[in-house]
Amino acid sequence: MSTLEVSPAEPLPGQSGHAVINDFSIQVATVNGSGSQTANTVLMRSLFQMGIPVSGKNMFPSNIAGLPTWFTIRASKHGYIGRRKEVDFLVAMNPETAREDVMNLDSGAAVVYDEPLKLNELRSDLHFYPVPFDKLVVPVCPEAKLRKLVRNMIYDGVVAQLLSIEMEEIRKALVKQFGKKKAKAADLNWGACQAGFDFAAKTFTKSDPYRVERMNETAGKIIIDGNAACALGCMFAGVTVVTWYPITPSSSLVESLIGYMRRFRHDPETGKATYAIVQAEDELASIGMALGAGWAGARSMTATAGPGISLMSEFVGLGYYAEIPSVIFDVERVGPSTGLPTRTQQGDLLTTAILSHGDTKHPMFFPCSPEECFSMAIEAFDFAERFQTPTFVMTDLDLGMNNWMADPFSYPEKPIARGKVLTAEDLDRLGGFARYKDVDGDGVGYRTLPGTNHPKASYFTRGSGHNAKAQYTEREDDYINNMDRLAHKFEVMRQYVPEPELRLAENASIGFVAIGTSDYAVRESCDQLKNEYDIEASYLRLKAYPFTPHLADFIRRHDRVYVVDQNRDGQLLGLMRLEFDVELIARLRSLRYYGGLPLDARTVTDEVIKQEGK
Amino acid sequence: MSTTAAPPPKKVNRLGLEVLNYKGSKTTLCAGCGHNSISERIVECFYELGVQPWSVAKFSGIGCSSKSPAYFLGLSHGFNGVHGRMPAIATGALLANKNLLGVGVTGDGDTASIGIGQFMHLVRRNMPMIYVIENNGVYGLTKGQFSATADVGSTLKTGTVNDLPPFDCCALALRWGATFVARSFSGDKKQLQAILKTAIAHKGLSVIDVISPCVTFNDHQGSTKSYSYMKDHEAMLHELDFVPFFEELAVDLPEGEVTDVQMHDGSHLRIRKLSREYDPTDRSAALTLLAEADARGEVLTGVLYVNTGKPTFLELLNVADDVLATLPEAKTKPSKAVLDQVMEELR
Repeated sequence: MSTLEVSPAEPLPGQSGHAVINDFSIQVATVNGSGSQTANTVLMRSLFQMGIPVSGKNMFPSNIAGLPTWFTIRASKHGYIGRRKEVDFLVAMNPETAREDVMNLDSGAAVVYDEPLKLNELRSDLHFYPVPFDKLVVPVCPEAKLRKLVRNMIYDGVVAQLLSIEMEEIRKALVKQFGKKKAKAADLNWGACQAGFDFAAKTFTKSDPYRVERMNETAGKIIIDGNAACALGCMFAGVTVVTWYPITPSSSLVESLIGYMRRFRHDPETGKATYAIVQAEDELASIGMALGAGWAGARSMTATAGPGISLMSEFVGLGYYAEIPSVIFDVERVGPSTGLPTRTQQGDLLTTAILSHGDTKHPMFFPCSPEECFSMAIEAFDFAERFQTPTFVMTDLDLGMNNWMADPFSYPEKPIARGKVLTAEDLDRLGGFARYKDVDGDGVGYRTLPGTNHPKASYFTRGSGHNAKAQYTEREDDYINNMDRLAHKFEVMRQYVPEPELRLAENASIGFVAIGTSDYAVRESCDQLKNEYDIEASYLRLKAYPFTPHLADFIRRHDRVYVVDQNRDGQLLGLMRLEFDVELIARLRSLRYYGGLPLDARTVTDEVIKQEGK
Repeated sequence: MSTTAAPPPKKVNRLGLEVLNYKGSKTTLCAGCGHNSISERIVECFYELGVQPWSVAKFSGIGCSSKSPAYFLGLSHGFNGVHGRMPAIATGALLANKNLLGVGVTGDGDTASIGIGQFMHLVRRNMPMIYVIENNGVYGLTKGQFSATADVGSTLKTGTVNDLPPFDCCALALRWGATFVARSFSGDKKQLQAILKTAIAHKGLSVIDVISPCVTFNDHQGSTKSYSYMKDHEAMLHELDFVPFFEELAVDLPEGEVTDVQMHDGSHLRIRKLSREYDPTDRSAALTLLAEADARGEVLTGVLYVNTGKPTFLELLNVADDVLATLPEAKTKPSKAVLDQVMEELR
């Protein structure tokens, strides 16, 4: 029954009888705008529902329709959910890229493809499964204009059959995807899926080694993208003023938030909103509004990406000097203007750390997972108000826009802390206040909110030219005193930022330092180094800037420390250079990747081996 | 609230506050600067209307004009922001606390050049606040460059001629849908007072373009924003009288002579006709009038347009009655049940 048109003379790798179970990646190559997202989400979700650790990465162009897009699903019984460089199972739906996609595969990979593309003629060391999509779609989708979309669901059925994905899970995932309101669409797609499954069962003899088996590693878990997780964090942090300007990849953060706030943040009695969300005219305005709101006492935030960070620069400096709390989410991506706005990067670290002119320093939080997007968003609001300063939550496109498996979020039981704000009663008791006086020794003054019903509540807010009483001054000593207090405040922050996560390996002479989404590649690389090269490596994952003393301790403990950066110039390493002495800096090695894709473990391992001279 | 040895009976407003309670710190602007007169009018108006100073928030950008909020309403919070971006700060603050009475002071550089985008969007949103443009046609703080409101053909002190046409902030605001547009002259105490008081009573955004001569860099022959130019070219559209809601209204109005506009808070703007008929609620008439005055070389002053019906941005957002900034946690943090529900949906 096999329709394999090319029968390799030698057995293909994987044909020797051993099966590869729950440890491979599937790549679906399609055309942007062809509606493949549903099919891909359903495929990923059905693996998840079978209890198999899974991740999905969408590599898409800056385009609405027509350009190539790839979706990679990784199933990993070991729980590795970072990107895997190698593709084991290709679904080639895009004629434009099919040849290159096939030529890039490692020997032994499997290819499901659209029959007319005749990809089987390209190589003889792969497992080919040709599918006549156009022919199969006609009977299951009578309406011609829907066929382009429904066609994709056929490959879900084919892949399910070839990989032993349970069809019942596919059906469940489909129903979940479409919801109750779109039952008709779900039925239509389910029909296509079954047609694909039946065709594959009838036609193919499986020759590749890849298949799945039910596990129990995802029970209770959720699937969510980092942007939605941040949005939930903001809602549960009690955000009240949200300002934004659309920019990839941060737009969906605020769009998710709008969705949640509409559902859960209207007063049940009056129906009125307990928040305001404003789409501003640009990022200059969105940060200005966020700071205005923070100044007036709201829990305010904005979300943006690199180009927006550049535009916000001047205002953020004012926020630093005027000491105004606000939370800024930076979902990092590549480059200005027409660049690679849909590719991931950790490229805003240096600019953000010292954003604006003059002596400015800003705290940054680095979540690596949806759970941390949620919890750190909440922490960031408390932190911003605790220290009265713009506070950045740095994620990236990989975390923000891709779907991730996560543990359900813990409810923030801790009461919201609004920082040092004096009320009218406080002013009665104190008889007045000095806005920028360091009363408690932590560098943080007491503030009042405009509208406080007290004749002694007011103060005048301006840039760096003020004394402890917020009076205008250009005096040298006033300026220096203020700058020193701000520097002291930044030092105090080290005790309050989230502490890093430490994984010490016994007798390790090398270590990794990384942030955010580099985590998945680094953890997997630690295992690769140990299993393949017998090299032990420790790992410190930083969760915030300013750094805590743990970092210097970690560097001191190891001969060489690889600082992992998803940018060209080693920006995380650069931040360390700014504060460490020569002895520590000499131990640092730079490990960089900047191709725009999520970092993968093999890249990390290869680079370490190269630098270690092994 | 100063104390003197033998106090004469103090004059107070309806809140029991003295005019002193509405003053700010000593001005550092040049003697004779039009901006100082505007600050004085603001002090008088807020005092006379009995506005509680600590319910006001002052906003400004950068420039001579933007320094002035320090010189009035010292008991109000103030925010001197970045150049051209006062509207954003004010918008954010008013979203956080809708009970604040926002007073923005800006200049022609701040508004018509670097900040014109934000000005436009502030107008578009009808953000409820007062927006005073202290317009002198020149950058003072950087020592005398033309601004975008400088008239074509006007000259700098150095003799340099401006060959670009000016932006008319009133005409622009009218086109963008502003709900209160007025022009005045810093030297016209009575008119400016009536306009400022009406702006305090207006529910939406009040755009007030005040020609405010720069005595140092733009008060010479060849300037069209000088005191002497304004004396010769100001054309008052009408005489204005403001009757606050807490004062008794004279009932007998001379038929056809006076137009009455009732403001949101129950105050009244009384407009007494001068040489021509004018309906201040007719937007296209206002634009025509401005164009005609411009062609005649006149600087038309008065209330150009009032629309008391358009919803403000805060109304459109359907924001809670209580101030967002100080909403209790019970209102801003959803329950654990909500989180559980969302988590279940994501499984």
